[in-house]
Amino acid sequence: MTRLKSTRTAICTLALLLTGSTLSSAQATGTLTIATVNNGDMIVMRQLSSEFEKAHPDIHLNWVTLEENVLRQRVTTDIAMKTGQFDVVTIGNYEVPIWAKQGWLTEIKPDAAYDVNDILPTVRDSLTADGKLYALPFYAESVMTYYRKDLFQKAGLTMPDTPTYDQIRQFADKITDKSNQVYGICLRGKPGWGENMAYISSLANTFGAQWFDMSWKPTMTSDAWKATLNWYVSALKADGPPGATSNGFNENLALFASGHCGIWIDSTVAGGLLFDPKQSQVADKVGFAPAPKGPYGKGPTWLWSWSLAVPVSSHQSADAQTFITWATSKDYVKLVAAQKGWVAVPAGTRASTYAAPEYTKAAPFASFVLNAIKTADPNGPTAQPRPYTGAQFVGIPEFQAIGTQVGQTVAATLSDQMTVDQALTSAEASITRALRQSGRAR
Amino acid sequence: MALKTKTSTRIGVTILGWGIALWLFFPIFWMILTSFKSEVQAISTPPKLFFMPTLSSYAEVFERASYWHFALNTVIVSVGATAIAIALAVPAAYSMAFIPSKRTRGTLLWMLSTRMLPPVGVLVPIYLLARNTHLLDTCTGLVIVDMLTNLPIIVWMLYTFFREVPAPILEAGRMDGATRWQEMTMVLLPLALPGIASTALLSLILCWNEAFWSLNLTSSHAAPLTAFIASFSSPEGLFFGKLSAASTLAVAPILIFGWISQKQLVRGLTFGAVK
Repeated sequence: MTRLKSTRTAICTLALLLTGSTLSSAQATGTLTIATVNNGDMIVMRQLSSEFEKAHPDIHLNWVTLEENVLRQRVTTDIAMKTGQFDVVTIGNYEVPIWAKQGWLTEIKPDAAYDVNDILPTVRDSLTADGKLYALPFYAESVMTYYRKDLFQKAGLTMPDTPTYDQIRQFADKITDKSNQVYGICLRGKPGWGENMAYISSLANTFGAQWFDMSWKPTMTSDAWKATLNWYVSALKADGPPGATSNGFNENLALFASGHCGIWIDSTVAGGLLFDPKQSQVADKVGFAPAPKGPYGKGPTWLWSWSLAVPVSSHQSADAQTFITWATSKDYVKLVAAQKGWVAVPAGTRASTYAAPEYTKAAPFASFVLNAIKTADPNGPTAQPRPYTGAQFVGIPEFQAIGTQVGQTVAATLSDQMTVDQALTSAEASITRALRQSGRAR
Repeated sequence: MALKTKTSTRIGVTILGWGIALWLFFPIFWMILTSFKSEVQAISTPPKLFFMPTLSSYAEVFERASYWHFALNTVIVSVGATAIAIALAVPAAYSMAFIPSKRTRGTLLWMLSTRMLPPVGVLVPIYLLARNTHLLDTCTGLVIVDMLTNLPIIVWMLYTFFREVPAPILEAGRMDGATRWQEMTMVLLPLALPGIASTALLSLILCWNEAFWSLNLTSSHAAPLTAFIASFSSPEGLFFGKLSAASTLAVAPILIFGWISQKQLVRGLTFGAVK
């Protein structure tokens, strides 16, 4: 009998616990749920968001921090199924035009005080579809070259103002010292459309290669692609760190920051991290240069912006727009500068940030970043006419799958499982198949 | 001579056992070690074994996220799902073990086959069901999914344990006038308690570590510790120290609980193996 009573008590307690948990999940009115990633600038935004809540006491912010790929998957599911779990989502300029065309995003109409013309034109254009703005940039990045001034000096080398890929290869050969674990060049090798293929797509553009011709036929077996991949593979094999196929942005950041890379070509966002002595052992030895030029010398380089958008499934669209205009405003930049210092302000979005002498003093790489973003031109021409936009990606929904698949094939060349020719032939076949399945090509 | 061989075999087996144990424990040890390093120390090559420990990663983890909120959700979901699963599995396993029909074996195999389907295969229907029943981002929703996910394995384990209990003992109870309920609760359960305890513990561990459904069906209110860990992964920036601190905090409770109850777990898992 006693046992029966205790069983009943346990069941009742559990039921109460579960009911309580269901009730507690009901959202309070005026609560904005913001889905974001765990990047440094987003962490600062979250810390300073109490200022927004003070100014808007009727709006409460609820933060959901997710891993980048999980974020994409969750947000896509949420919007496609119109669940309305998120009021503000953090997405990139790859997603914005595609999602806008699907009718998933709310058009953003900031007031005059926001000064939308202060946003750098290349960044603003990348978040615009059919003449309408669908997201506001939180921070933006392009590509640049980082190098170790001390190693260059020791080897008697000087980094030119506009380096070429041939020069970069020669420099890398000279400063590689594998016995001391110093590798001449570090590049992204981890397979993924946003990892190795972001760099390789950008490299391909300056080598005169491109993903598709005007009839959506992949051009992977072209001479320009062969030259691109041959440079990449031979540079990493000769002067790169071991296990390069495991190295993405973070791994290369760790290698460079701990003194194991001589040259690293990657996102401009690394500048602030490498320049910070708390995170970098080589903070006083880092040199900056623009991204190198290949044989073609022109073509789109690299433009990525982490942006804040409001999905159409949000039930609190007006409040959500109020928040994103605050988080991307000039006043927010000033708030970060006052609370965290000028070096911590979100980079790459506003001309006014680069006009502030305090910022250019605190961030010596600022002029390189500004120039790189201004000239990134993701909508610009490649060597041959192309049917798509994007610099380090192809602005079509199929690219996530295609890019990752080709990324795996490219990684196979680094680990000697395939030759460059085999990899490119295989990549072309898989892209053709994918585009035929999606109905884009016949 | 025979004694010498026996001793050397014992020493060899002991060394092998320790070797395997250390090899299995090494990733957890390294995670704990990294959690006490600064971000620069965490990425240093070659990796540092001796260093000045710091609690900065823990401080930042506690500052940035509400650990106790995530931990409470994990406890509610794990305990809730395990309790309901055991409550449903005991009568099911009892009937299959002691009152088998010609379809029992087929039913058992069918139940197990549901574990063979990759979870992502049923993501969309389960997501839609959760949305339509307003169970998205609720502990109740996650309890139901975790409970159903683990139910087949729990029924199987309990069925195996119950089969080890000699049927004449239950018959004796029946002869003394016990009802089915009394037979199950007063005779069978005390006899199979070690097995039930180890099954519950295993279910608790599986629920505690479950990541796929918790990442897809929750966002903030019902997010458990697996979501807490995932939130410290960063696409752009160094995070190994903080991620290790978050992971250590997430696994610490279940690790301590497992360590305390290891005798029960081993006893349960070997229940009926030696008669």
